[in-house]
Amino acid sequence: MADQAQFAELAMEYMPALYSAALRMTRNVADAEDLVQETYLKAYRSFGTFTEGTNLKAWLYRILTNTYINIYRAARRRPEVTDVEDVEDLYLYRRLAEDNGGALSRSAEDEALERFTDEDVKAALESLPDAFRIAVLLADVEGFSYREIAEITDVPIGTVMSRIHRGRRALQKALHRLAQDRGLVASVPAGD
Amino acid sequence: MSDGMVSAGGCAAGEEGSRGPGIDCDEAVHQLYHYLDGELTEERRRQIAFHLDLCEPCSAAAGFEVELRQVIANRCRDRVPDSLIRRIAEALEAERRRAGEAT
Repeated sequence: MADQAQFAELAMEYMPALYSAALRMTRNVADAEDLVQETYLKAYRSFGTFTEGTNLKAWLYRILTNTYINIYRAARRRPEVTDVEDVEDLYLYRRLAEDNGGALSRSAEDEALERFTDEDVKAALESLPDAFRIAVLLADVEGFSYREIAEITDVPIGTVMSRIHRGRRALQKALHRLAQDRGLVASVPAGD
Repeated sequence: MSDGMVSAGGCAAGEEGSRGPGIDCDEAVHQLYHYLDGELTEERRRQIAFHLDLCEPCSAAAGFEVELRQVIANRCRDRVPDSLIRRIAEALEAERRRAGEAT
């Protein structure tokens, strides 16, 4: 059983990661701040149930995710979006290659990726429906495994996998659309 | 759809009809996320690695996916406002005192 007196010492270092995740979830600063505070308070109160030596970061993310879903999703009173458009494999890579006349050299690739700003990537991620956004966030920004994400989100591992993969492809399409809108790449609709 | 870019044509790794480690590009691309996520059985992982070793287009595509993932992770970091750090420290302290008074 974990000692509550140690909570701050152990848990505070995860605040930047939790805050970034909260911003992606709520999409605004005020709600993100409240969400992180609520997460820390809940975690503190139930720290006795945390098994020492297990993954504290995953435990905190589980509280963050549950709190977000319970408070914010419920508040919006909209049905959960559980689907996202299915996008082909390697969507962004193929589009960028097309724009480059069929092949994408390593330097052209770096250059294309360099053009995406923090705001672009955040906006693209935030455009995904909740379930896909959270799955991609946990996998690709936080580096959790499929199994950890299944535990954090209380979703079967097969569903997690499918959300991560489909979410990533949808994210690529969102990024490409952003790049088109900003005139970074050709905006000829390629069978889109 | 862009045919011929990353496809079975001209790929030495997945010869038609061959059994054993050879898998074709479509299959390799389709399993790419599992592979990069380290979520495959050892046998499956070896098949993909073998394919990527021999297939330049798939290997380039895999490299792009890895780079993109790094870009996404790096671009999604936000600085925590000092005021929030203070607010949370205070909230935890208040909680601790409240619990202390209750016992």
